[in-house]
Amino acid sequence: MRTFGSLLVRGLIVGLFAGLLAGTFAYVMGESRIDAAIAIEEANAGAHTHDQGGEHEHAAEEEPLVSRTGQKAGLFLATGLSGVALGGIFAVGYTLLRRKLRTGNDAYAALGLAAAGFTGIILVPFLKYPPNPPGVGDPETVTLRTVTYLLTIVIGLLAVWAGVALSRWAARYGDVARLAGGVAGFVVTVAAAYLILPQINEVPDTFPATLLWQFRFASLGTQATLWLLLGFGYAATVARRPSEQKVSV
Amino acid sequence: MAAPAQSVGVPAISSRLLVLSALSVGLLLLLAYLVGFDQGAVSQSGMYLHELMHDGRHLLGVPCH
Ligand SMILES: [Zn+2]
Repeated sequence: MRTFGSLLVRGLIVGLFAGLLAGTFAYVMGESRIDAAIAIEEANAGAHTHDQGGEHEHAAEEEPLVSRTGQKAGLFLATGLSGVALGGIFAVGYTLLRRKLRTGNDAYAALGLAAAGFTGIILVPFLKYPPNPPGVGDPETVTLRTVTYLLTIVIGLLAVWAGVALSRWAARYGDVARLAGGVAGFVVTVAAAYLILPQINEVPDTFPATLLWQFRFASLGTQATLWLLLGFGYAATVARRPSEQKVSV
Repeated sequence: MAAPAQSVGVPAISSRLLVLSALSVGLLLLLAYLVGFDQGAVSQSGMYLHELMHDGRHLLGVPCH
């Protein structure tokens, strides 16, 4: 018999490993982009102080609280802890929703839930507000950007739910209707939200577009790595042989 | 013939399970907040943890600077 605790611990452990490996991906694919963005940011900051004349205050000369080397190590702390948090929440979601997932196969149920989570929590926010490297955002708008980002996560999960609900309702009219219903429920919810939410474009014209998108794909790849490993890892820990599934509780 | 009783491999929904779930998700959201948004209020480390996890925040897609 699987208890709540054992299902949760599986999620925490799988999440930790998924997070650390996503951190490795981020380190390899993302850190050089962050370095390049920070170099541009510092060059701009230097230019501004010179423009204003007077005393030359170089931001770069202030001793930072954490060095760049420290931040690159901290990357693994951040992705590891995020993995633990997401893995645990995923496990709770699996425990509560397992009966609603219409498959006899626990591994498929876990994979489906991970695909739904990635779509709602990562993909929907990414397409509306693609993440930016350091030096691109306006510090004044960080509250607005945080609120809208969190809203897109809620909307993403709602959209997945709407897609599933409509697809199940439309299933009575056949397979095509089932698929069309699913797509329609999801797309209409997302499109409506995208139209209502404010536009945010703070990327300076001078920021290199190639570097911007290299960073964005590194970010998406980091999160895809985390969710792929979380999904397959959790599926592996809950998978049972068909014979085991017939045993009554 | 009735379908064989199939175990779904998760505990039955009960009020105890729901309370445990809510408590766990609450704590885990606090952990996610610590990584993504905290500026010292929760960690009580000043801006140290915030700065330490800076690159992770950007690469995990959380709005930063
Ligand atoms: Zn930043």
